[in-house]
Amino acid sequence: MIEVEHLSKRFGDRYAVDDLSFSVAPGEVLGFLGPNGAGKSTTMKMITGFLTPDGGTARIMGHDIQQAPVAAKRTFGYLPEGAPGYSDMTVAQFLRFIADIRGLSGAQRESRIDAVVADIHLNDVLGQRLETLSKGFRRRVGLAQAILHDPQVLILDEPTDGLDPNQKHEVRKLIQGMAKDKIIVVSTHILEEVEAVCSRAMIISRGKILADDTPATLAAKTASGRLDDYFREITAGGLS
Amino acid sequence: MSATKIIFRRELAAYFATPLAYIFIIIFLMLTGVFTFYLGNFFARGQADLQSFFNFHPWLYLFLIPAIAMRIWSEERKAGTIELLLTLPITMGQAVWGKFLAAWAFIAIALAGTVPIWITVNYLGEPDNGIIVAAYLGSLLMAGAYLAVGICISAATKSQVIAFIVSLMVCFVFTLAGFPLVLDMFSSWLPAGLTEAIASLSFLTHFQAIAKGVIDLRDVIFFAAFIAAWLYASAIVIDLKKAD
Repeated sequence: MIEVEHLSKRFGDRYAVDDLSFSVAPGEVLGFLGPNGAGKSTTMKMITGFLTPDGGTARIMGHDIQQAPVAAKRTFGYLPEGAPGYSDMTVAQFLRFIADIRGLSGAQRESRIDAVVADIHLNDVLGQRLETLSKGFRRRVGLAQAILHDPQVLILDEPTDGLDPNQKHEVRKLIQGMAKDKIIVVSTHILEEVEAVCSRAMIISRGKILADDTPATLAAKTASGRLDDYFREITAGGLS
Repeated sequence: MSATKIIFRRELAAYFATPLAYIFIIIFLMLTGVFTFYLGNFFARGQADLQSFFNFHPWLYLFLIPAIAMRIWSEERKAGTIELLLTLPITMGQAVWGKFLAAWAFIAIALAGTVPIWITVNYLGEPDNGIIVAAYLGSLLMAGAYLAVGICISAATKSQVIAFIVSLMVCFVFTLAGFPLVLDMFSSWLPAGLTEAIASLSFLTHFQAIAKGVIDLRDVIFFAAFIAAWLYASAIVIDLKKAD
C-alpha cells in the first residue's frame, strides 16, 4: 500500500501540493496526470522522501517515509524526473553500484542485473559511460536501476519522456508485465499511455485532485468519449 | 557491505574515472617539490629534516583542497543525481561520510606520493623519523579539516566556482586564525575571550604543534571535532538546499 495523508508543500506563498490524500493498493497502476507545474513531481519527491513535506506524510508498505525513511526506501524503486545517473560510470558499474546499495550480493546480484539488462535491452551499452548515452538509453538505465531489486512499489516520473515510439511501446509492455501484484505510480503527459497501461487515472492541478477514476470512466464523461478532452475540460483553467 | 563503504568506493573510483585525479596528483607533487627544494631551501638548510616540506602544506591545501571539494555536492545537485542518491535506502550521514572519506583517501593517496622526499632525506642524513610520521599525520588531519569546510560550502551552492572561492576564503581565515592578520579583524569589537576562541581555531597553530613531533591529544581532537562539526553542518545544509 501507498498511503498519502494530507500531504502539503509550499514554495513561497504558493501551494505546490495542497492537502493531498489518496492510497494505492497492490495490483493498481496509477497514472498521475496534470498540466506542467500541477504538483506531480513534487508529490512524487515527497512520497519518496527526497522533499520534506510542510504538512502530512506518506506511508509505503506501512513504513512512514519521515519516521522510518530507510525502511520505506527499501520497498520502492524510483525513477526521478529526467532520469539522473552518474555520468562518469559505465552502465554496468552504475547497475552494480545500485545493486550493492540495495543489498543484493553474489549470484543474486549478477542474476538480477542480467535479467534487468535483458528486459530493458541494455546489452549493447553495458560498457558505455552514462554521459555518452542518448536520452532514450539514459531513461532506460534509469528504469533499470528502479526495478533492479524487484521492488513491491514502483514510482516512475515520466518514464517514457524522450523515447521514440518503439521504446515507448517497450516500456509500456514492461510496466504491464510487472503490474500484476505491484503498486505502480506513473506520471505522464501522454494520455494514450494512461489508457494503455493504467488501471486508475488521477488528474491533479494546482496541487489538488480534480478527478480520480478508471481512465475509461473519466473518458466517458465527455461527449467525445476521449480522455484528452476530459483532461482539457477540467484543467484548462489551471493553466492561465 | 555498509552503505558508507559502497558510496566511498564509488566516489573514490569516480576520481580516477576522469583525468582529474591524475592532474591533481601530478600538480600536487610538482608543487610540493618546487616549494620544498626552491622556496624551502631544502639543501641549503643543511638539516636532515622535512620542515621545509611540511611548512608549505597548509598553503598548498588552501588552494588544492577547495578544488577537490567544490564538486562533491554541487555536481550532485547540478546533475540531479542527488535525488537518486537520497532516495536510495541510505541515511544522510552515510552519504556525507562516504563522500568525505573518499575525498580524504584520495588526498592521502596524493600525500603518499611524496614519500620519495622522505626517502631522500633518509639517504642524505639521519632525520628523526618519528617527527616525520607525526607531521604526516598532522598534515592528513589538517587536510581533512580543509576538506570538511569545502564540502559544507559545496553543499550550499550549485556553482562550483562560487564553492571554490568561498571555501578558499573560509579556509584562509581558519589557516591564519591565530595570527594578527585575522585576529585584528575581530579584536577591536569582540570580547577578548571570543578573540582567543577564534585564535584557538587556527589550523597553522595546531598543525605546527603536531609537525614538531608532539602528538598532543588536544590537537588531534581539535581536527577530529572540527571535521565532525563541519560534516554535521553539511548534512543540514544538504537537507535545506537539496531541492533548489
